[in-house]
Amino acid sequence: MAEVSITNVRKVYPGNVEAVKGVSIDIPDGGFCVLVGPSGCGKSTLLRMVAGLETITSGECRIGGRVVNEIEPSDRDIAMVFQNYALYPHMSVYDNMAYGLRNRGTPKDEIERRVQEASKILGIESFLERRPRQLSGGQRQRVAMGRAIVRKPQVFLFDEPLSNLDAKLRVQMRVEIKKLQRALGVTSIYVTHDQVEAMTLSDKLVVMSAGRVEQMGLPNEVYRKPASRFVATFIGSPPMNIARGVVRGKGAVSIGDVVLPVADMAADLVPGAAIEVGLRPEDLIVTPNGSLTMAVDFIEELGATQLFHGMLGGAALVIQAASGLVPADSKTLNLSIDPAKVHLFDLETGMRRGL
Amino acid sequence: MVENRTFGDRLAYLILTIGVLILAFPVYLTFVASTWDAATIINGQMPLYPGPFFAENYYRTLFIGTAGTTREPVINMMINSFVMAMAIALGKIFISVLSAYAVVYYRFPFRMAAFWLIFLTLMLPVEVRIFPTFKVVADIGFLDTYQGLAVPLIASATGTLLFRQFFMTIPDELLEASKIDGAGPFRFFKDTVLPLSMTTVAALFVIQFIYGWNQYLWPLLITTKDSMQTIVIGIKKMIVTADALTEWQLAMTTAVLAMLPPVAVVILMQRLFVKGLVDQEK
Amino acid sequence: MNKTATFKGYLIPALLLAPQLAITLVFFYWPASQAVWQSFLVQDAFGTSTEFVWFENYKELFSKPDYYKALWNTLVFSTLVTSFSLSIALLLAVMADRQIRGYQVYTTLLIWPYAVAPAIAGVLWMFMFNPSLGIMAKGLRSVGYDWNPLLNGNQAMALVVMAAVWKQISYNFLFFLAGLQAIPKSVIEAATIDGARPMRRFWTIIFPLLSPTTFFLLVVNVVYVFFDTFGIIDTITGGGPSKATETLVYKVYSDGKGGADLGGSAAQSVILLFIVICLTAIQFRYIERKVTY
Repeated sequence: MAEVSITNVRKVYPGNVEAVKGVSIDIPDGGFCVLVGPSGCGKSTLLRMVAGLETITSGECRIGGRVVNEIEPSDRDIAMVFQNYALYPHMSVYDNMAYGLRNRGTPKDEIERRVQEASKILGIESFLERRPRQLSGGQRQRVAMGRAIVRKPQVFLFDEPLSNLDAKLRVQMRVEIKKLQRALGVTSIYVTHDQVEAMTLSDKLVVMSAGRVEQMGLPNEVYRKPASRFVATFIGSPPMNIARGVVRGKGAVSIGDVVLPVADMAADLVPGAAIEVGLRPEDLIVTPNGSLTMAVDFIEELGATQLFHGMLGGAALVIQAASGLVPADSKTLNLSIDPAKVHLFDLETGMRRGL
Repeated sequence: MVENRTFGDRLAYLILTIGVLILAFPVYLTFVASTWDAATIINGQMPLYPGPFFAENYYRTLFIGTAGTTREPVINMMINSFVMAMAIALGKIFISVLSAYAVVYYRFPFRMAAFWLIFLTLMLPVEVRIFPTFKVVADIGFLDTYQGLAVPLIASATGTLLFRQFFMTIPDELLEASKIDGAGPFRFFKDTVLPLSMTTVAALFVIQFIYGWNQYLWPLLITTKDSMQTIVIGIKKMIVTADALTEWQLAMTTAVLAMLPPVAVVILMQRLFVKGLVDQEK
Repeated sequence: MNKTATFKGYLIPALLLAPQLAITLVFFYWPASQAVWQSFLVQDAFGTSTEFVWFENYKELFSKPDYYKALWNTLVFSTLVTSFSLSIALLLAVMADRQIRGYQVYTTLLIWPYAVAPAIAGVLWMFMFNPSLGIMAKGLRSVGYDWNPLLNGNQAMALVVMAAVWKQISYNFLFFLAGLQAIPKSVIEAATIDGARPMRRFWTIIFPLLSPTTFFLLVVNVVYVFFDTFGIIDTITGGGPSKATETLVYKVYSDGKGGADLGGSAAQSVILLFIVICLTAIQFRYIERKVTY
């Protein structure tokens, strides 16, 4: 078991393309860190640098206190689960799991014991003799996990391991990965572009964009207090509404002619300044005596909840509410909002303008 | 499609059958000739059905040879052809799989130069540079040897290109997984690349075996001893211009024997053969 | 196209490439450069002295009717073999592409001649058409045709063409069939719905879509006729009668045999080399086109 610490790591590709622009992350022993961001944000490159599959241009990567920059992937004591699983197509499931151990000269009976143990945990004992192509997507995913587990590494690296599965299986495997990581207590780094996976799996969430860390912290913290407009719209589904507004004085902004109370507001904001206002769809509460009035364009029925599309103070808006609260043909909605849940972002930099 | 299905199908059967018959007829005739005696053939009286001399002709051809021309048992020629074809096929696979591995899985100075050096040989059929090549082989002292028959023909771009093309389809992640699993270049080659390449190896083998077996001009030039003749050369020497001296029944038996191995390879390994041929030209 | 994941090091790749490069240099580039060098030299009758003569060998080549004759023969031979083998193969492939019952058996029965050595193919056809004992020759004479390819140059050419076509049909058939099977069924169905009858469908939809294959085969067939037919010519006619079937490649061989005219033979090799390079360049452009097609 080991902590992982990444310090000022940069990756510059030939032709001066800077994929990772100085990133520092510390992951405690047994922690589950998820790197999330849109494609091309550098999250996979960062993971591959930890794995040793890409060289580190500058900065330092430590695993268990040891600097691993110049160490071969096989000597870093890590295991990796690839997006396309990267199972050896010509080897049986058993051999796929045993291969890394054999290369390290692990005794035969020890290999046998570990493979059996791992396959029991993952429920793949019954097809150890099969080839990867005879397995379903979910089973292949388990074999890829098994290959990582048998090695008993200090760190697990996951590179979008669930993105090749269908939606239903993805939810199921997500839960299993979380349980497994808890049970084994192995430090893990997990790359995904799916914010739901990121929220549910991580105990340390790192949101990346354009080669930099936009924000990191507990998932709930990131969700509740997004550090920038980018994080605010990337995390959460449906995404946070962003509308152009104007500062009205201490503790108030307006969107068009609608005035909203704000609890978390930077002290240097002067009245009349233009600003972006962020409102999460579920934070606008539908209530008969709400002071805000929204004109409804149409309603999307999701079963448990409904999405109302409409206009508030001249800005397009989506809000989410439990089904059955209002008649389906409502033309207007009365809303209220907790002043603590109004987010302000700088018009130019997109950074949070809170206290 | 609904329109005229039956008429069209009948026409297809008819045309394909005619095609098959025309392609097969010369071979059938050769087989028939290999079952008659010399006199029947020479007189131009050979019937269109097999005669009674099958066993005798094949025995004489294989183990005794012709009386006047080559005088070498054809079994020896077949052994020579087999050795040459195997050496060319295996040699080609060996050197091209290695060079393709180097070109695909390494970055080194002059990599593209090396690749082009190999690639350009696609444009240099042996016929074009036949005499200078002959001189090189003579200078090395390879005349009348198996090395001389095979080695100059095993270098060519086709194999390298074929393997390169296949290696490019192996996902990068397999190499990365192997690296994490502690496999170096040798282990990755032996444990992953080679097992995955077996179909390509087999397909190339089929094509190159046929290529090697059917060589004509090259062995014609560099073999002078009867004992080094290949079967394709042997048959040419059996047929002399004065028809009366040609032991036609034996020459035709030799022709059948010369066709048998490569044709059998094509028919028995049709899938690999087609793959090898089509992939080579991609 | 390059792999992103690779190994490090220079020594291992150098060792891996060594056998291939060594053989290539010794048996390809060295002889080819020798051919170029020799094409500028003249050797006296006893082989005792050589003289550098610049383009004398080439000039002499183009001053002799022999060479034009060989060039003409090669042209006639290529045109006939290519057009016959391509059209017959296309007809057979279109029929097999109907996916009639047993078409795979037909495919097998149509592709095996590929495996027959050109020299053997020559022997088979010569045996059939041998003027004194061939069964086909007998047939031709019985209908009153004076058949003797040993004396008649045109008949000799016809015989060589037949043997070459016979052997090449399989190859062309395979590629045409693969090309036809790669045409999406939906395109043909759309044409049917648009009211195109089978023949019209073939010429307006299938044949144009097949054109990359056809073009590729055209080049390959020309290369085949140039080089691989050596065995056929040598076993059937030996270039005769009176050089009626002597092609460019055959002339390189017969002129250089026994070291008679090495300079002239080398000059011919160089010209052939040039032709091959042109053909390969054409094929390259085809590959490029295929990528964008």
